[in-house]
Amino acid sequence: MKRITLGLAAAAIGMSMFVGCAGDPAPSSSAPTSSESTGPAPSSPESTGPETIRIGINYELSGGVAAYGQASVIGIEMAVDEVNAAGGINGKTVELVKYDNKSEEAEATTLATKMMTQDNILAAIGPATSSRFMATIPVANQNKIPVISGSATADAVTQGPNGVQPYAFRICFNDSFQGTAMANYASRTLNAKSAVIFKDSSSDYAKGLAENFNSTFVANGGTIVGEEAYVAKDTDFNATLTRIRGMEFDVMYLPGYYEEVGLIIKAARELGITAPILGADGFDAPELLDLAGAAALNDIYFTNHYSSLDQDPKVLAFIAAYKAKHGQDPNAFHALGYDTAMFVMDAIGRASSLTGEAVQAALAATKDFPAVTGTLSVDENHNPVKAIVVVGLKDGVESTSEKINP
Amino acid sequence: MEDVLQQLINGLSLGSIYALIALGYTMVYGILQLINFAHGDIYMIGAFVGYFCMSSLQLGFFESLLIAMVACSILGALIERIAYKPLRNSTRIALLITAIGVSLVLEYTMVYFVGAGVRSYPPLPEFMIGSFNFGGVIIKNLQILIVGISVTLMIALQLIVKKTKVGKAMRAVSQDAETARLMGINVDNIISVTFMLGSALAGAAGVLVGVYYNSINPLMGLMPGLKAFVAAVFGGIGLIPGALLGAYVVGSLETFVAATGNSMFRDAVVFAVLIAILIVKPTGLLGKNVKEKV
Amino acid sequence: MKQFRLPFLAKGGILVLGYVVVLLLIWSGVINDYIQATMVTICINIILASSLNLITGFTGQFSLGHAGFMSIGAYTTALVTMNFPTVWGFVGGLLLGAVIAAIIGLLIGLPTLRLSGDYLAIATLGMAEIIRVLMLNFEFTNGAAGLIGIPRMVDWNWLFVFTAGSVILIANLLRSAPGRNMIAVREDEIAATSIGVNALQAKTLAFVVGAFFGALAGGMYSTYFYVIKPDIFGFLKSVDILIIVVLGGLGSLSGSVIAAILLALISTILQDFSDLRMVIYGLILVVIMVFRPQGLLGDREITLSALGRIIPRLPRKRNEVQP
Repeated sequence: MKRITLGLAAAAIGMSMFVGCAGDPAPSSSAPTSSESTGPAPSSPESTGPETIRIGINYELSGGVAAYGQASVIGIEMAVDEVNAAGGINGKTVELVKYDNKSEEAEATTLATKMMTQDNILAAIGPATSSRFMATIPVANQNKIPVISGSATADAVTQGPNGVQPYAFRICFNDSFQGTAMANYASRTLNAKSAVIFKDSSSDYAKGLAENFNSTFVANGGTIVGEEAYVAKDTDFNATLTRIRGMEFDVMYLPGYYEEVGLIIKAARELGITAPILGADGFDAPELLDLAGAAALNDIYFTNHYSSLDQDPKVLAFIAAYKAKHGQDPNAFHALGYDTAMFVMDAIGRASSLTGEAVQAALAATKDFPAVTGTLSVDENHNPVKAIVVVGLKDGVESTSEKINP
Repeated sequence: MEDVLQQLINGLSLGSIYALIALGYTMVYGILQLINFAHGDIYMIGAFVGYFCMSSLQLGFFESLLIAMVACSILGALIERIAYKPLRNSTRIALLITAIGVSLVLEYTMVYFVGAGVRSYPPLPEFMIGSFNFGGVIIKNLQILIVGISVTLMIALQLIVKKTKVGKAMRAVSQDAETARLMGINVDNIISVTFMLGSALAGAAGVLVGVYYNSINPLMGLMPGLKAFVAAVFGGIGLIPGALLGAYVVGSLETFVAATGNSMFRDAVVFAVLIAILIVKPTGLLGKNVKEKV
Repeated sequence: MKQFRLPFLAKGGILVLGYVVVLLLIWSGVINDYIQATMVTICINIILASSLNLITGFTGQFSLGHAGFMSIGAYTTALVTMNFPTVWGFVGGLLLGAVIAAIIGLLIGLPTLRLSGDYLAIATLGMAEIIRVLMLNFEFTNGAAGLIGIPRMVDWNWLFVFTAGSVILIANLLRSAPGRNMIAVREDEIAATSIGVNALQAKTLAFVVGAFFGALAGGMYSTYFYVIKPDIFGFLKSVDILIIVVLGGLGSLSGSVIAAILLALISTILQDFSDLRMVIYGLILVVIMVFRPQGLLGDREITLSALGRIIPRLPRKRNEVQP
C-alpha cells in the first residue's frame, strides 16, 4: 500500500534536488545579454574585475505588458551605450545583465534573487510595472542591492509596512501626484464643474489615478457625475459610452493605457461626445494617433513626464538621438528607461565604493539630477521631486504644454 | 429612448461579429464533436491577413476581405489535416488538448513575428467613414456594412448547407459519419470542407473587426472565440440557427450589462449564463435531447 | 507481478534522507536563494499537476479551471497570513483556503460534472474566469493591484512537508476503493455504472480533492512570492498546469513530478526566448497528442522499488470507443 507512494514522494524530492542543482544554470545558458558593443562580454562573475560594473535588467520582455518592458529596455540600452562610448563610469565599462520576467510577479522575484546572488550586480533596474517591481523589493532589502524602477507609479511602491523601503527607488512621479495635478488643471484651467471617470478597472495604475482625481476634483468644488469602468483588452466601448453620453458633464477623465484609450476616444467622438477628454501618461504613445485618428484627437489633455514641445536641449538631444536610431518618436517609456539608467549610473559614479550600500546612499542623496523627464531630486520616501507637464492635443499633435512644479 | 435604440444597435453590431465566429464553431462541432479551440485564432489570423493586404499591398477592402477568407479557409483545412485528422479515433479530451495546443502555436507564432502590441488598420475608404444621425441615434456606415456582410455570408452559408450536394453530405456526416461513409460519402473531404467554410467566416469576422474597432493584436482571438462558443452552446451547439440566435443574445446581453454600468462584470456574466445553460438545458435553446447510445 | 520491493521503513528512510541532504546543502550554502526559489516553483507545480492529474488524468474529467482553485488558496492564505503573521496563521490560512476551494469545487462540480468531457472543460474555464473577475472587483482582495507585502512563510521544511504530503495522499487515495472507482469511471463510465460504481460521486470526489490540493499550492505560492494579483491566475495558468500533466502522462503521478521538473529546466533554458516558449508548449501539446496521446509515461509509474525500471502499474487500456 505505502510502496508506491513513499517511492514517489522520495522520487519527487530527489528530483527536485536534482533540478535544484541542475537549475543552477551554467553561465552559458543564463548568458547575460550584454547590450553594449564595447569590449567582450564577460560571461562569468569571476571575470567581473575592477574594469566592469554590472547592472541587472529585470523587465517584462514578453507576456502581457511586454510593450512597456521592451520600450524601457531600449531606453536603458541607449543610455548605457552613451556612457560606455564616453569612457564608462570613472573608466569602468557598464555591463547589463538582462533577464525577461515574462510579465510574471513570481518570475520577477526569482530573477531578482538570481541576479543578486549569482551575477554580482551593483543595482537592478526594473520591472516596469508596480506589482512586479514590488515583488523584487523584499529581495533587494535582504541582499542590500538597490532596485530602481522608471515607471512603477503606484503610491505604495516605496512604502513598506515599516516606513520607506530602504533599497527601492523610482524616478517617476506617483499616481496621486498625477491624478491630483490633472484634477487641478481641470478645475482651474478648464473651469470644469462636473466630470465623468471611465477607468480601466483591471489596472491598479488606472484605479489609483481615478481615486486621486476624484478626491481632488471634489475638494475643488466639482462633482463626479459618473464613474464607469472597462477591462484591459476590451475593444467594444459603445455600450458604456452611450450610457455616458446620457450624462451631463464638462470633462471626461480616462485613466488607462493607449491601447484602449485610443479606441475609447475614437468611439466617444463618433457617438457625439465632444467634451474635453483628460488622461495621464498612459496616453503618451505614437500608437494613440493611429488608434484614435487625428480627427478625434482634439480637446485632449493629459499629464506626462515631458513634452516634445519642450525646448530644453536635453529633451531635444534625446529625441534627436532616438529618432536617428529608431526612425520614430520616442514614447514615455523610452524616455523613462533612458533616465533610469542615467540616474543609476550617476549614483554609481558618486558612490563612495562599489557596493550596494554605497550606491543606495548615493541614490538617496541625489539632488537636481538633470533628466529628460525633468530635473529631479530624491525625497525622504525615495520618490522623485519633479515637475509634471500637462500636454494638450490638437488634431493629434501636441499644441500646448504647461509645466506644473510640485 | 434614443439611448435604448442606440444600445440595440450596439448589441446588433457586436452580435453580428460573434455570429460569424460562432457559425464556424457550431459547424465543426456538429460534424466532429470537437470544440475547435483554435477557431478564435483563425479569426485573429484573418484580421492580420486583411491588415497586411490593406497596408502593405494597398488593396481595397473587399479584395482584402476575400483574400483573408481564402487564406483562413486554407489554414483551417491544413490544421484539420495535420492536427485533428490523426486523432479521429482518440478520446475527446485528446482532441481538445490538441486544439488548445494549436491555439497556442497560432497565437505565439504571431507574437513572435509581429509583436504583442496592438496595431491599427490603415485609413479606410471614403464610403466606410461617416454615420447617419436619426434624432440622436447614430448609425455608423461601418455598422451597416458589418451587419450587411454578416447577414449576406450567413445566407450564403445556409444556401450551401441546405441546397447543395456538399451541404447534404455535410448534414449526413454530422448525423452519422459511419453510415455516411457507407453511402459513398468521402467523410474526410467533407470534414475538410466544413473546416474551410467555418474558417472563411472567421476570417471575414477578423477583417470586419479590424476595420470596425481599428485595433488588432495576436491575442485578440481568445475572448471573442470563447464568447462565440458560449453563443453556440446557448443556441444549441451543432445547429446553425442556434448559433445565430445565441450570438445575438450574447451580444445584446453584453451590451445590456455594460449599459447598466457593470462592464467590468461583463465576461463573468457571460460565463455565468453559460454555466447556467449547461446545467439547466445542456443542449441549448433550440437543441433536442438525444439519448446517449451505448 | 514479481518485483523487488523495498521495505516500508527503507522508503521512509530514503525520504527523510533526501530531506536532510537538502537541508544540509542549504545550510552549507550550496543551494543558494536562487536555487531555492526554483525548487519552490517546481514543488508548487508538482502539487498543482498532481491534483489536476487526479481530476483529468485519473478520473478523465477535463478541467480548465485549476488556476481558479489556486487563486482561492492564494488569496485566502495571503489574507490570513497578513493578519496573523505567525506559523499558525500560515498553516491555518493554507487549510482554510484549501477547504474553501474544496467547498466551491463541490458546489461547481455537482451540477457540471453531469456534463460530458468537453462541456465540463468550458464550464470550468468559465468558473475560473468568474473567480478572477470577482477577485478583480472585490474590496478585500484589493482589486487589480492585488495583495502586496505578504510575509514569506514557505521554507524548505514546509515545502517538503506539503509537497511530499500531497503526493503521498493523492497516491494513496488512488489506491483506495474510491480511487479505483475514479479510474473505472475514466475507462468506461457506462460500464463502471453498470457494476455499481456511483460515477457522479467518484467524479465529484476527484474534483473536490483536486480543488483542495490546487488551493494548497496557491497558498504556498502567495506566501513565498510576496505579491499576488488576479491576472496571475488567468487562463494561461490553467494551461501551464495542463501542459505539465499532459507531458508527464494522463494518469501518471510520477510523470507529473518529472514533467514539472523538466519544464522548469526548459523554461530556464528558454529564458531568452519566452515567446517561442509558448509556441514550443503548443507544439508539445499537439505532437504528444498525435504521436503519444498517453504522455511521456502514459499511465505507468516510476517507483523506487522498480529502481528506474518502468513497470505497468494501473489499468492501462484506455477507452477507444466514442460515446
